[in-house]
Amino acid sequence: MAQYEAVIGLEVHVELKTNSKIFCPSSTGFGGDPNTHVCPVCLGLPGVLPVLNKDVLEYAIKVGLALNCGIAEFSKFDRKNYYYPDLPKNYQISQYDLPIAEHGYLDIRVEDSEKRVGITRVHMEEDAGKLVHQGNISTTPYSLVDYNRTGVPLVEIVSEPDLRTPEEARAYLEKMKAIIQYTGVSDCKMEEGSLRCDANISIRPVGSEKLGVKTEIKNMNSFKALQRALHYETERQTEVLEEGGRIVQETRTWDEARGITLSMRSKEQAHDYRYFPDPDLVPMVIDREWVKRVKAALPELPDQRKARYVSDYGLSDYDAAVITSTKELADYFEACLKEYSNAKAVGNWVMGDLSRLLNAGGVEITQCRIRPGQLAEMLVLMDKGTISGKIAKAVFEDMFETGRDPGEIISEKGLVQISDEGEIGAVVDDVLAANPKVVDDFRAGKDKALGFLVGQVMKVTRGKANPEMVNKMLKDRIK
Amino acid sequence: MDLFYMTAHELHGKLTAGEISAGELCRAFLDRLGSVEERLQAFITVTEEMALKQAGEVDKRIAAGEKLPPLAGIPIAVKDNMCLDGVRTTCASKILYNFVPPYSATVVEKIKAAGMVILGKTNMDEFAMGSSTENSGFQITSNPWDTERVPGGSSGGSAVSVAAGETVLALGSDTGGSIRQPASLCGVVGMKPTYGAVSRYGLVAFASSLDQIGPFARDVADCAQLLNVITGHDPLDSTSAPGEKTDYTAFLNRDIKGLKVGVPREYMGEGIDPGVRKEIEEALKVLSSLGADIEEATLPHSRYAIPVYYLIATAEASSNLARYDGVKYGLRDEDAQDIVDMYMKSRSRGFGTEVKRRIMLGTYALSAGYYDAYYLKALKARTLIKQDFDRALDRFDVLVCPTSPGTAFRKGEKTDDPLQMYLSDITTISVNLAGIPGISVPAGFSGGLPVGMQIMGRPFDEGTLIRVAHAFEGSAGHRGRFPSL
Repeated sequence: MAQYEAVIGLEVHVELKTNSKIFCPSSTGFGGDPNTHVCPVCLGLPGVLPVLNKDVLEYAIKVGLALNCGIAEFSKFDRKNYYYPDLPKNYQISQYDLPIAEHGYLDIRVEDSEKRVGITRVHMEEDAGKLVHQGNISTTPYSLVDYNRTGVPLVEIVSEPDLRTPEEARAYLEKMKAIIQYTGVSDCKMEEGSLRCDANISIRPVGSEKLGVKTEIKNMNSFKALQRALHYETERQTEVLEEGGRIVQETRTWDEARGITLSMRSKEQAHDYRYFPDPDLVPMVIDREWVKRVKAALPELPDQRKARYVSDYGLSDYDAAVITSTKELADYFEACLKEYSNAKAVGNWVMGDLSRLLNAGGVEITQCRIRPGQLAEMLVLMDKGTISGKIAKAVFEDMFETGRDPGEIISEKGLVQISDEGEIGAVVDDVLAANPKVVDDFRAGKDKALGFLVGQVMKVTRGKANPEMVNKMLKDRIK
Repeated sequence: MDLFYMTAHELHGKLTAGEISAGELCRAFLDRLGSVEERLQAFITVTEEMALKQAGEVDKRIAAGEKLPPLAGIPIAVKDNMCLDGVRTTCASKILYNFVPPYSATVVEKIKAAGMVILGKTNMDEFAMGSSTENSGFQITSNPWDTERVPGGSSGGSAVSVAAGETVLALGSDTGGSIRQPASLCGVVGMKPTYGAVSRYGLVAFASSLDQIGPFARDVADCAQLLNVITGHDPLDSTSAPGEKTDYTAFLNRDIKGLKVGVPREYMGEGIDPGVRKEIEEALKVLSSLGADIEEATLPHSRYAIPVYYLIATAEASSNLARYDGVKYGLRDEDAQDIVDMYMKSRSRGFGTEVKRRIMLGTYALSAGYYDAYYLKALKARTLIKQDFDRALDRFDVLVCPTSPGTAFRKGEKTDDPLQMYLSDITTISVNLAGIPGISVPAGFSGGLPVGMQIMGRPFDEGTLIRVAHAFEGSAGHRGRFPSL
């Protein structure tokens, strides 16, 4: 049996969060009442003309630069002609042969290996509207159209077929999301459709250079869906070939509920889009000085930030990668550092307890009730010995639930650490007196016995005794 | 002279002198329109109420002692492919029979701001595709000089409305000759400005890289005045040219001594009606007598103009007209079974034969495997045609030729032969492909029917066209003859 490998390329669509649409002044806001963010231009009424929003061009250039692309000196818009009711002009203004950016790359890391994935091109286009069916699309008696999204600016980013596993594809998409979020041009919310992804996938025997017949997979609405769909499709194609069949070039849709891909249309049914230059828009000559200024103003990107965390804060590569994986998490981390300088300690809390609580509660870091300053405050209280590490975990959970200051929680619950030698000494004496056998065991060399005694002291002090002092005093007195 | 054959500058004098009010003027034209419209069918929609209201506002300004702008209170008609907020805009197509735009074209805003009185929307070939106004989805317009004949097209309604005294001025659109050819066939002045000189925002597109709005007028001075109103940069049209506005009236009453006039030999030879050629030869003598140097010019790639035009214009049209699908506005077939059926039935019923023919031609030209051979090759040939003009206009200040190879033809004469119809635009089409300005001025009569002379010039040099046309008009003695209706 031959061993197969997958050859995967992704087409990623990103909605740009400019204030207005790509060719008209209508709002790009998400979630308005149907057909309220529209005007004659984005409705494609007879006689209207598009005028390019310069912010869209700037944002697209930012994306291109962030993905290490060359920015075109001369670029233009083309019409992609096809009929669909969510497309009011029955053509989409897109870019065909002269995209705004080409020939870039991004680096991903899967398990322990780094990989560079080529970016073929980045182009600008307008988004389509949304159809609202009454139930199922094939049985609906009528459908409504909402044109709010029509004309929202998009960039489409096409990768080279450099990806070999679903895990690499997922890592690529996650890295793409991080980079674009860092540039600030999009929210990249897959659940709101501001980040969308289609995949081209074929398989071939390992060692072969020849590409197999590919299928295009659509409708994958999460990172997990992308990974699952590509796993499924790899297996499906492998089975077809193993059984002596042929892969059909076609577009398939991912059925999330059933966990399978289904055929949508074959190559024969594919559209002839009849691309041609849009005569309503003039070609763009991109000013090199402007590109330089945009590049200079580009914010720090994930890889740069990661390198800085390693060199300036002494974080490990792994920790730095985790913290910089989303801009929000990294921003949170840095906000803490403004008030507390021990980066490793902050990193441990952010990656440990904070991430655990966020994941468990399904909370976004931007919605987290613990403000960065409050985490810093808690760390200061630990350093001062006001609370122990163990108490801190409890305080942190309370902060996460309530958003209260750590000081307030500590004093209300009486959680201040006991570091008074006399007070601890009295408890230690009581515990030693009550447990003579355990004391003998410890003297006989059973180290575990000490743990029991510490536990007893903590039990009496409700965990508030300074653990280091308890340890030391027990040992001193048993000797 | 009848009020309704006066020019805008004459009527402006009467308005400012208080001899007539704008309201009375408007009423007079509406009455005239009412008396001849049954025979001419120039208007699709008459906006009587709006017109009287606009005229009333002008009268208020007069009463307030305001200095009246040159075209305030002057009646104008607008081709029915320019959007007028709240008024049906059909492009003479059944597919837009009920379309009422919620916005106005930039040119419409401009004529309103100039205080002009809009009398209505004029008939045309459906979506401006045609040369006779016979392709209207609603009615056939008659030539006022002989109502058995066509007025030319596609802006036939606008040309007739001016020629027949239904209005003083009109706006048309010109994609391959649609202003100049009907102006010629109806004996009025018509100009296609340089591509980009007048905003296309709100002009329902036929072929976006060729369409241009322009004026119809009784004389060159009125044409210059209306050109002043409608030109200028528009931020709503990316193809609108930036730059300062020009006062075209400054080019009136100037001599043309020493002006270099080229006569393209390709436009004076075969295919040109002898009667038409004779009038143009007479016209050249007039220009010569005014001191212009006349010489033969050549535009060697002219023979490719018609095929190039019918590839580029139809390709753009096939995409521009895709939006008429029954989903959002206009005609929808209610018996359709599903969305594709609705598209097909709505478009089959809504579009006329010529429009369907051009959509199919254009779709074919852009199809995978044919694009390079047709559309791309046409774009290259277009560049060669443009270079012909660049070279000729390096040598000459203007080029002169017949606007149309013949005079007004009989209704039905060319409807069964689209290729013969396409040849009606042989002398005008190249001007659109090159993007340069062209004007048609009355140059006499042949067989009792008007002949027009076309003057072509350098990009954004409408001023020189006005200068030559005005000098010619003043000396040629063709004014003062009106159709008897």
